[in-house]
Formats: sequence, C-alpha cells, structure tokens
Amino acid sequence: MLTPDQVMDNYFLEARCMLIEVAATLDRYDRAVENSDNPPASDERLAKLYSSLSILADQSGPANRSERVLNHFSLPTD
Amino acid sequence: MQIIQPHYHGIARTAQDYERMAMSGVVAVAEPAFWAGFDRKYPETFIDYFHQISDFEPTRAAEYGIRHFCWVAVNPKEAENTELSREVLKEMPQFFEKPTVLGIGEIGLHKSTPNECEIFAEHVQLALDHDQLILIHTPHLEDKVTGTKRILEILRDFPVDPDRVWIDHAEEHTIKMIQDEGYWTGFTLYPITKCSPKRACDMVEIYGHERLLINSSADWGPSDPFTLQECVVEYRRRGNSLQQAIEVFYNNPVRFLAQNPKFDIPLVRVEEIHEDSASPV
Repeated sequence: MLTPDQVMDNYFLEARCMLIEVAATLDRYDRAVENSDNPPASDERLAKLYSSLSILADQSGPANRSERVLNHFSLPTD
Repeated sequence: MQIIQPHYHGIARTAQDYERMAMSGVVAVAEPAFWAGFDRKYPETFIDYFHQISDFEPTRAAEYGIRHFCWVAVNPKEAENTELSREVLKEMPQFFEKPTVLGIGEIGLHKSTPNECEIFAEHVQLALDHDQLILIHTPHLEDKVTGTKRILEILRDFPVDPDRVWIDHAEEHTIKMIQDEGYWTGFTLYPITKCSPKRACDMVEIYGHERLLINSSADWGPSDPFTLQECVVEYRRRGNSLQQAIEVFYNNPVRFLAQNPKFDIPLVRVEEIHEDSASPV
C-alpha cells in the first residue's frame, strides 16, 4: 500500500486536473444559459453535480467517497 | 484540415509522431529551445542542441512533408546559472542567420528568482538588438500567476512591440493580464497540467481568437501532440465553421510566425466550388 505522501505525489496533479475540468464544465453551462434565449429553469443533472460536491468536501467522513458519489448519481433502489 | 503546431519539441518525439501528425493535417511545426530534463553544464552542449534543432530536426520533419522551424534560448530553469547562460547568449546571434530560426524562445521564468529575471531581461535585450521575435514560457502550476505578473513587469522596462511577443502556457487565471497588454497569448494542451482542449475552446469563446496560439507542446514528459487535433474537433463540435477553425489553428500561427519572413507559409481561405452539373466531366 502507498504511503499518504506517495498518494499525494502520484495523484495530486491528476485530481487537480479533474477538479478544474468540473469547474470549467459548470462555467460553460452558466455561459450557455446567459447566451440562451430560452434557458431551462433548472436541470436535475446540474443539481446532481452541485450536490455531489458536498461529498468531495467531506474531509472527515469515511473513505468511501467514490461509492457515495456513485450512489448519488444512481436511481433509488427502494 | 491543415493545421500548424506552433510549439513542438520534436527532439523528444518519435518519427512515428511526425508521420501521424502529417496524416492528421499538420504542415508545419515550430520547436522552441527548452530544458532537457537535467541541467546542462557546458555552453557547448547548448550550441550542439541549437544545431540539432536548426539543422537536423528539419530533415526528420521533411521526411513526412512537415516544415520545421525553431527558436533558440537558454530556458528559464537553466537560466538560474547566470554564468553559463551568458556564455550561451554570446553564441546565439550566429543562429539568427539560419534559415529556419524564428527568434528567441522559450525564455521566461520558472521560479521567478533574481537570476532568472536577470537572464530573462538579457534575452529580451538581445532580441531587441537583433530584431527577433520573442516566445515566453510562463511557470508551472502554483508559480504561474506570480511568474506571469513578473514577466509582464520586466517587459514594461523594454521598448518591445507586443505584436512580436508570444506569452505561452496561459490559463484562465492569467489570460486576461496578458491580453490586456496586447501580447499574443498561447494555450498549451497537456493531458494533466496546463490546459485541456475543452478549456481552451471555452477561453476562445470568452476572449475571442485574436492574437491566440493553441499548441500541444509535446515534449519528453506526459504530453500528447494530438491534443491539438482533439482541440480542433472540440472546436468544430461547438458549431464553428471550417474557416473559423482554420483561423485559430492555422492562420493565427501564420500571422504571428510570419512576422519573421523565414516563415514563408501563406494564409489560407476556404472556398466552396459549385460546379455546374451540366458541365462535361
């Protein structure tokens, strides 16, 4: 198993890249809304993206964030 | 579609890359002098390197019908060694006479140390003395904003024509400060760091394509020359016409680089031909 330092050394830049891509996607959506004559009132997928970010920001929670994000984007099973 | 790769480190790539670039529309590349992955000890090593990129590398590219041009400089990382840098600077003017050398680059800053700043300024002065184009590297990651601001401060001390200066590796947090001072701006597409094809297209939408050069650098590190073609596809997917794509990925490099007459590649305009169906074949 990697040490904590090795995890950061190996994956910091890749994670940074992916977060910037998410930020750019959200900006792209906002600009498209601004330029649209008939913007959607809301979009469930966008809401899902925003609400998923709280899972990433949960620093003290259990180390199953990817599972929680996947569940967040899944249809309810009940 | 024909495209120009304005920032490409061919010596770090295989012949297969040249072949695939030729097959995907690349007609010309320009290779700035850069860091070799280790700090060189002798000025002669740089001189041999300049010969490699100005004499030999054009012959590799020509095998695939690609025009190869280059720039000479001591890169920002090795500029920390001022004594070595000054020895190399003395030898650089002989290369300005070579038929494929376009100017001085990539200079700039790495960690923005006083030594780097001194050597950067001396390169700028040399470019002015010899009427050369200038290509500037901005620092990586967390050093980019500070370094870009410092580069702009240093340039203000010189009577440079912003139209003859290209400041590369800009991202969302540095593009505006570069454009506000009238310089050409570059986006470098990398798989992980710098800029992605989608983000580059976002910035073209926001800031327009004037004085803009998109490249994929492609060196010995994690990089991919074909992120440029990926960016062309992303740009067209967003509804931009073939001519608009040519403006960004072909005509803009021509507009900047052809300020040195050695870059003798003409601008391109798409013309639709509507043949008379009744005409004999």
